[in-house]
Amino acid sequence: MNALIQEEEVAQVAVQSDQRSPSQKRQNQLIKIISYILLILGGITMVVPFVWMISTSMKTAAEIYQSNFFPIMPTLENYQHVIFNTAFPRWYLNSFIVAVISTVSVVFFDTLIGFVFAKYDFPLKNIFFLLILSTLMIPTEMLLIPWFIMSVDPIIGPSWVDTYWGIAFPGVITAAGAFLMRQFMNGVPDELLDAGRIDGVSEFGLFWRIAVPLTFPAMAALAIFNFLGNWNAYIWPLIVTSDRAMMTLPVGLSFFSSENGADWHLIMTGATLSVLPLMIVFVLFQRQIIKGIALTGVKG
Amino acid sequence: MISLSIRQRQVMWAYIFLFVPMLFFIFIRIMPTLSAFNISLHDWNPLAEEQTFVGLANYQQLWEDLQDSNSVTRKAFVNTFQYVIVGMPLQLVIALGIALLLNEIKRFSTFFRAVYFLPFVTSTVAISWVWRWLYQPQYGFFNVVLSFFGLSQQPFLKHPDQALYSITAVVVWQGLGFAIIIFLAGLKQIPQIYYEAAIIDGATRLQKFRYVTIPLLNTTLVYLAVLQTISFLRMFDYVINMTTQGDGGPLGSTTTVTLRVYREAFSSFDMGYASALTVALFAIILVITIIQLRLFSTID
Repeated sequence: MNALIQEEEVAQVAVQSDQRSPSQKRQNQLIKIISYILLILGGITMVVPFVWMISTSMKTAAEIYQSNFFPIMPTLENYQHVIFNTAFPRWYLNSFIVAVISTVSVVFFDTLIGFVFAKYDFPLKNIFFLLILSTLMIPTEMLLIPWFIMSVDPIIGPSWVDTYWGIAFPGVITAAGAFLMRQFMNGVPDELLDAGRIDGVSEFGLFWRIAVPLTFPAMAALAIFNFLGNWNAYIWPLIVTSDRAMMTLPVGLSFFSSENGADWHLIMTGATLSVLPLMIVFVLFQRQIIKGIALTGVKG
Repeated sequence: MISLSIRQRQVMWAYIFLFVPMLFFIFIRIMPTLSAFNISLHDWNPLAEEQTFVGLANYQQLWEDLQDSNSVTRKAFVNTFQYVIVGMPLQLVIALGIALLLNEIKRFSTFFRAVYFLPFVTSTVAISWVWRWLYQPQYGFFNVVLSFFGLSQQPFLKHPDQALYSITAVVVWQGLGFAIIIFLAGLKQIPQIYYEAAIIDGATRLQKFRYVTIPLLNTTLVYLAVLQTISFLRMFDYVINMTTQGDGGPLGSTTTVTLRVYREAFSSFDMGYASALTVALFAIILVITIIQLRLFSTID
């Protein structure tokens, strides 16, 4: 594969150096410079809102109504206030718990579904497949009201409102992830599974010890997007939580910000606190995350 | 102990593996979908003792509201289409432009990709509040910059003529990174040999773009257009967080279908009408998806 790419590149360079006159070279040089300038300008547009957010979060209440870009005396007092006097730490915990529960569940079940549809033949397989496929066409908005009615009064047990299960249940298995994993499971050789069967490996063992390790990169991508999606999820957690202590970070931030009206320094502190963990994760794993998006085309 | 053939054993295991996922898809996806249709045929108030069957009355009401130029529902539908018509092409054009620029350069391309992608991993709620602050009259970043250059102040979110575009800009800004990555993956798929052939034929840069890149990027374009259209049709997070008290104002100029669903169902407790709205949204998404897939696949 690498050799192939290298060959292509060599061919490309050959074509370029053979056929381009000096004026074309100069033109290319110019285009490169213009590209960098435009990319830098665009890049600034992407970053400025975050800089302004962090800058405001370090200003005092009086200073936000002066037009200096950076605080004259940067302070962490706002952070101290938000962390110790509000429910932010609790919202962090809630978001983390919900995101972990659903991510573990999604990765396990979606991979298992993918494995079954790629590697087994059984009666009604096509019916099951179509049934799962059909759920992809339904927008979540349509399910919010039925889910809410169901959560208030579940068939068994007490209300799911203001519980972790209530926040997490709509997303513990995803059809899109299952189809994604099926694609990757198709690449697992049947011979390997048959060899396992001859050696007396159980069917679950085949999944767990042969199929899972072989599709691990896809599972990792699925896990990252699912975690991102759940961490940032808004409309369902907004509907199913009313107790302040059970809110997730986006719901809490929205609640906190509406409550604090014009205290932009506090709102920006809350915003910074809620985007910071994911930004750090992104900076650390950006290559893998971007590769994963390109690979799967999944929207977080 | 019944002994099963190898094939029977595999069928049994396939069913065991699919047991929990099928329960999930039936009870959490398919039944709620049917339930949404059912609720839309009722005068459904969760606080009432009983829900009365009203046939198509909710749809009739919806139809009447759509004719009435003063109704919020009509505004919601008009605005939602406006978000799609303005936002989707804008997002695709800018993202394609940046992807092409990124393709021109070698150094720092990973860095730029990360910068453009950064907003996509952050929560829409936090982003909404950050931009709401940027858009503030007088002390917001944009107005500070405008007055620095001696330009007149703009109301942005506070004026019915500007609010929708101001919100669209944020959605475009945040979603750019995702579209760029998908475009870059699509551009990589185009075999270099076509460009080489074009160069030999003496094609200019623009001609290469028009006759090689665009036709061969068709699949990616369709994929992104459908995906972004659907996400604009479902707009909610930004609007509820960027408007005063989440009312989709000023004067209903930014409200969306999903925001109406939320307000009707969870503020007015008219879940029957809200469900009829979600059914309409579902129908629109379905029709637009089919049209776009047909349209784009015949262009070639």
